[in-house]
Amino acid sequence: MSGVRTLPPLAAYALALGDDALILAQRLGEWVAHAPQIEEDVALANIALDLLGQARTLLSYAGEIEQAGRDEDDLAYLRDDRDFRNVQLVEIPNGDFAVTIARQLVFSAYQYELYTALLGSGDATLAGLAGKAVKEVAYHRDHAVQWVLRLGDGTELSHARMQAGLDQVWPYTEELFDPASQLPGIAADPATLRPAWERYVTSVLSEAKLDKPEPRWRSRGGRDGLHTEHLGHLLSEMQHLHRTHPGATW
Amino acid sequence: MVNDPATTEARATLLAVARSVPDPELPVLTLGDLGVIRDVRQAADGSVEVDLTPTYTGCPAMAVIADDVRDALHRAGADQVRIRTVLAPAWTTDWMTEAGRRKLREYGIAPPGPAAHATGGPVRLAFSVRCPHCGSPDTREVSHFGSTPCKALWTCRSCAEPFDSFKPL
Repeated sequence: MSGVRTLPPLAAYALALGDDALILAQRLGEWVAHAPQIEEDVALANIALDLLGQARTLLSYAGEIEQAGRDEDDLAYLRDDRDFRNVQLVEIPNGDFAVTIARQLVFSAYQYELYTALLGSGDATLAGLAGKAVKEVAYHRDHAVQWVLRLGDGTELSHARMQAGLDQVWPYTEELFDPASQLPGIAADPATLRPAWERYVTSVLSEAKLDKPEPRWRSRGGRDGLHTEHLGHLLSEMQHLHRTHPGATW
Repeated sequence: MVNDPATTEARATLLAVARSVPDPELPVLTLGDLGVIRDVRQAADGSVEVDLTPTYTGCPAMAVIADDVRDALHRAGADQVRIRTVLAPAWTTDWMTEAGRRKLREYGIAPPGPAAHATGGPVRLAFSVRCPHCGSPDTREVSHFGSTPCKALWTCRSCAEPFDSFKPL
């Protein structure tokens, strides 16, 4: 599967949203047996599982629309990094727990607005998925908020590390709201998701006594297949088994 | 589908068979208790078509549930069975039957409260969950997430037992 293919706009849209969910699911899975407490191993794995479920629906749908015979497994396991369409936010390493929680806050708050908007999509598959996913994501967002409040408004050390985590992920948030391909009535225009996202995240940060970062740079290019060096390493781990034993089932 | 009494009766039988299949992760519950079998139809070609809705998009039990429903209908005499995954309307714990809620409680899992309170609005109201062991309302949530996507981890302050609570969704 080499070379960048030109997909029909709806397939490209589903693939981009699916890749966000898939890559973050893989990242969160890395926390299993490494989280600060066993409940967090379970929580992060559960969130990863929800994201994987969303990714499966979206990747399968992208494959169906493309009509090139690629199923969810082909799309997940047999593309190289330049063919992935996720934002860079989801591929950067987990960092410490505060970095992961900061990313969970900004990403789940974004997904909440995204799926809320897609409830009204003219595309039955996207609207149907959104109806399920928005309820799951409400739990993800709540989980992140509880930790941001606890760490941000906690001890001097927990506050400093939560702020540092936030500062680290913030430059990657801009990409979530870059213009996507125009599919009026079907896709959600990313720019329209921003005000509600901003309001929500800002109110959480102020309650947690954290400063909203003002970064001097921003990431870009994920949606065009331009990624950080971290994605290739993530894919090598995620795809290794499938590429070693193509088509294996159990 | 023709709407004559014989067809209606056949459909009711198939629906009852599909709904009586136990959930693989919570075997005290049937799929009917859970509310995931949305419809069963006899298609024009004679095959049986089942509309199944997932509880969570990533629920790993879905493949097993589909296989179990297929097996049960085969045993009931249906040769060809097609399982359709239906996403909309989205499954909600409000579809769980009263019998299902009672069985959960007896099994040691607190049944879900009303779903509207879990997902409506920015402020999430936490309803007190009664301990399924001793019935005390003096309980606390340990984690939003538990051993399966549909459950949260709670503990009882009265009898000090930990327990699973079915999350309102």
